[in-house]
Amino acid sequence: MATAHAHDAHGHDDHHHGPEKGIMRWIKTTNHKDLGTLYLVFAFTMFFIGGLMSLVIRAELFQPGLQFVDPEFFNSMTTLHALVMIFGGVMPAFTGLANWMVPMMIGAGDLALPRVNNWGFWILPFAFALLLSTLFMPGGAPAGGWTMYPPLVLQTGDAFPFLIFAIHLMGISSITGAINVVVTILNMRAPGMTLLKMPLFVWTWLITAYLLIATMPVLAGAVTMLLTDKYFGTSFFTASGGGDPVMFQHIFWFFGHPEVYILILPAFGIVSTIIPTFARKPLFGYDSMVYATASIGFLSFIVWAHHMFTVGMPLAAELFFMFSTMLIAVPTGVKVFNWVATMWKGSMTFETPMLFALGFVFLFTVGGFSGLMLAITPVDFQYHDTYFVVAHFHYVLVPGAVFSIIAAVYYWMPKWSGVMYNEFLGKLHFWLSAIFINVTFFPQHFLGLAGMQRRVPDYNVMFSDFNVVSSVGAFAFFIAQFIFIGNMLYCMFAKRTGKVPARVWEGAHGLEWSVPSPAPYHTFEDPPMVGADGEPVKTAHAAAH
Amino acid sequence: MFKSDLMARTAATAAMLLASGAAFAEQARSEYNMPPGVTEISREVYGLHNAVLVVMCVIAVLVFGAMFYSIFAHRRSKNPKPADFHESVAVEIAWTIIPFFILIGLAIPAAGTLIKMEDTRNAELTVKVTGFQWGWKYEYVGEDYEFVSMLAADSNKARQLGSGIDPKSVPNYLWEVTNPLVLPVGQKVRFLITAQDVIHAWWVHDLAVKKDAIPGYINEAWTKIDEAGTFHGVCAELCGRDHGFMPIVVKALPETEFKTWLAQKKGVDVAALGKAPPVAETEPVATTTETAPAPVEVAAVAAAAEPAKDLGKDELMANGKKVYETNCAACHQASGAGLPPNFPSLIGSKVVTGPALAHAQHTIKGKGLMPPFGNLSDADMAAVLTYQRNSWGNKASVVQPAEVAAARK
Repeated sequence: MATAHAHDAHGHDDHHHGPEKGIMRWIKTTNHKDLGTLYLVFAFTMFFIGGLMSLVIRAELFQPGLQFVDPEFFNSMTTLHALVMIFGGVMPAFTGLANWMVPMMIGAGDLALPRVNNWGFWILPFAFALLLSTLFMPGGAPAGGWTMYPPLVLQTGDAFPFLIFAIHLMGISSITGAINVVVTILNMRAPGMTLLKMPLFVWTWLITAYLLIATMPVLAGAVTMLLTDKYFGTSFFTASGGGDPVMFQHIFWFFGHPEVYILILPAFGIVSTIIPTFARKPLFGYDSMVYATASIGFLSFIVWAHHMFTVGMPLAAELFFMFSTMLIAVPTGVKVFNWVATMWKGSMTFETPMLFALGFVFLFTVGGFSGLMLAITPVDFQYHDTYFVVAHFHYVLVPGAVFSIIAAVYYWMPKWSGVMYNEFLGKLHFWLSAIFINVTFFPQHFLGLAGMQRRVPDYNVMFSDFNVVSSVGAFAFFIAQFIFIGNMLYCMFAKRTGKVPARVWEGAHGLEWSVPSPAPYHTFEDPPMVGADGEPVKTAHAAAH
Repeated sequence: MFKSDLMARTAATAAMLLASGAAFAEQARSEYNMPPGVTEISREVYGLHNAVLVVMCVIAVLVFGAMFYSIFAHRRSKNPKPADFHESVAVEIAWTIIPFFILIGLAIPAAGTLIKMEDTRNAELTVKVTGFQWGWKYEYVGEDYEFVSMLAADSNKARQLGSGIDPKSVPNYLWEVTNPLVLPVGQKVRFLITAQDVIHAWWVHDLAVKKDAIPGYINEAWTKIDEAGTFHGVCAELCGRDHGFMPIVVKALPETEFKTWLAQKKGVDVAALGKAPPVAETEPVATTTETAPAPVEVAAVAAAAEPAKDLGKDELMANGKKVYETNCAACHQASGAGLPPNFPSLIGSKVVTGPALAHAQHTIKGKGLMPPFGNLSDADMAAVLTYQRNSWGNKASVVQPAEVAAARK
């Protein structure tokens, strides 16, 4: 994709503005589209690695008894699977989408801080090289869970400092990306693009960026305290030295809960963009969507202890966190109702991006229901740390966050590459994914309710049947993703015919559809005038060159 | 006025749903749903769970019903001209307020149950539960009786990587322990829960008790069991390599039987320390929870009663292998090679091949990550030390029970 649209750009653009040749283009690039591509390629590589780890987990859990791996290695797999998927997969994928789309959606020429953008991306391969190198170290990779609770995490061997520094690097990368998004959105909107005219994807990313800036330093502080506890004789979290192991959990989840919304708010933005396009009807309740997103962002800071109801908090704290957590259902419900109202009396067609967006609304809501059940503290005591929780957060993260990323890639890929994906394969990919993700995770609700705890490599024979089903689903889901990879590689490398129109989808609105497909290397160097309808006003300087 | 009326009505609806939840409780234990359990609290929790589940299902039917109707009826082939409406303040307010009141209806009964769960006052018996890597220690506070409970030997053997033993052939695979926690029926029992190394969580599903065991903290929980029976639980907080292999078994006995059991236990242990007559046979540690007086103690009596008798090396090695597989192999591995760096190899180890006295003291007291194993009888300790000192190529002295007894001083 990249090289080809570079050539297109050369066709009608200043030569000295074109990209460099060869590998140095990608290393030195400060172009938001190049970096968006890099982020997305990196994210999907990490999805693949994290997916392989989940297959190790599901293979071991296929039957009771230990067949393949040592329990310590199993724990490393669950730990790394989470870290790779969250920090290597979902977050860079959203940053990649923001790189590509935020400037094009608000009529800016690039992100505000292009060199910071380059730096933010190129930190990531080093961070994950550090993290994944621990697999080959004496004592093995980190196995204390991605939540890194002390004192257990302090038992990690040589891998420990690598884990901490990898987290630091991931955090720095996220913060640079977030600052870039905030500065760009607040300063570089085209004339006429007022805040309440911005596409919802831009809004949700703006709020996400603030959450990142607020919470990533908290995580960095927490892991630094772990580092000094292990190597420099401090006792922040060591009871025998006067420290408090529960304090780590409070600090971690003060980061960790907003992090959950970092992983889902951009998804809300994507779905709020795709559904109106294919319903051919404007988004219902735009203003309330913005306010609901902001409310969720605020509430995310006052619910963290619902991850730790069993640590023995005072009754008043348990009641507070139960009530505040239940409250999140209100703005989240508003969003779901708005999506359904957008579809209502629309004129819907069901291309692949729409299918994934509808799959998102349905399955994310299922995850929302189990989330509300988990909020009820006395019942949470029974759900906590069981497969019910595993089912819950995979419902909101896989058919939630990941489906939205897949939907976004299908939706904008023709704009990025100038090649239409294969619709039949796209639909096949959706149906296989939607079926097998449920085969994988729905039985885990039953496992958890019946009493199977999480993070174990082995279980009582009573849980055999549902584990077989879940493992079969996981392998099938993984294999189905090759359809997606093939379809996208086709879009990136197939010959451009020039037949893809600027407005790829007839119901699509927004500035990105006013530039040609594939989008030229530089867009909106002269900012467009944005009219009341959010579309560019036709002037002598037509949308793009 | 209107508001409080509405709240009362939602509360009444929730209570009705709770009652319907209780109706579910009559069914047998299911693979699909939470067990109703055997305490008043666990049944309340179960009722709440079912009530919330029902509310969620009703909302799901309404929301997804509307969504799928729209997908069907408002597709382009049926509805080629889309409507243009895109906001309605009244509708937005309605679907903000209505969920809010549903939530209040759920929160009120939940808060009530939570308040009851946290009231640990007026307990008739207190048990201190200490988690360690990887087992539980139980102490009957004020009764001066404590013991350690770990994964039962047959499960432990079957769960080793590539053991070749079919888990289906092991009764209650991974759910049996060496010594169950015995509790009285009908008495309020308070648990004081802590840990000695990392965070664990003590969870018994049928009692609806799950509380983290945290080093440096003492958490409280309580239960009042309604019926005699055996209830299985597990450690619920990731605590390292063998997190999945430190189950909990609670055996509830009628009050009088419990008193007899406790007296007998304390008597046996007092006898074991003193000069009680030997009990008939020396049974090795292979233990199931179904037989109430755990043979470990019987073995302890026998061993302690005949401290002077030297045992043959073959006898020590045979028993030592069993004791090793139950207590040591989880970390140091059946092969003795351990899992460095956390769990050192015993092959050629300085401690294992060094003086017997130091080896015995190390094992009795524990060191670093290694928990103390002083609860093993002199005979078992002598056997396992001898086994370690003369296996995997190690060649060191045989250890006799008398030497272990000396090392305890």
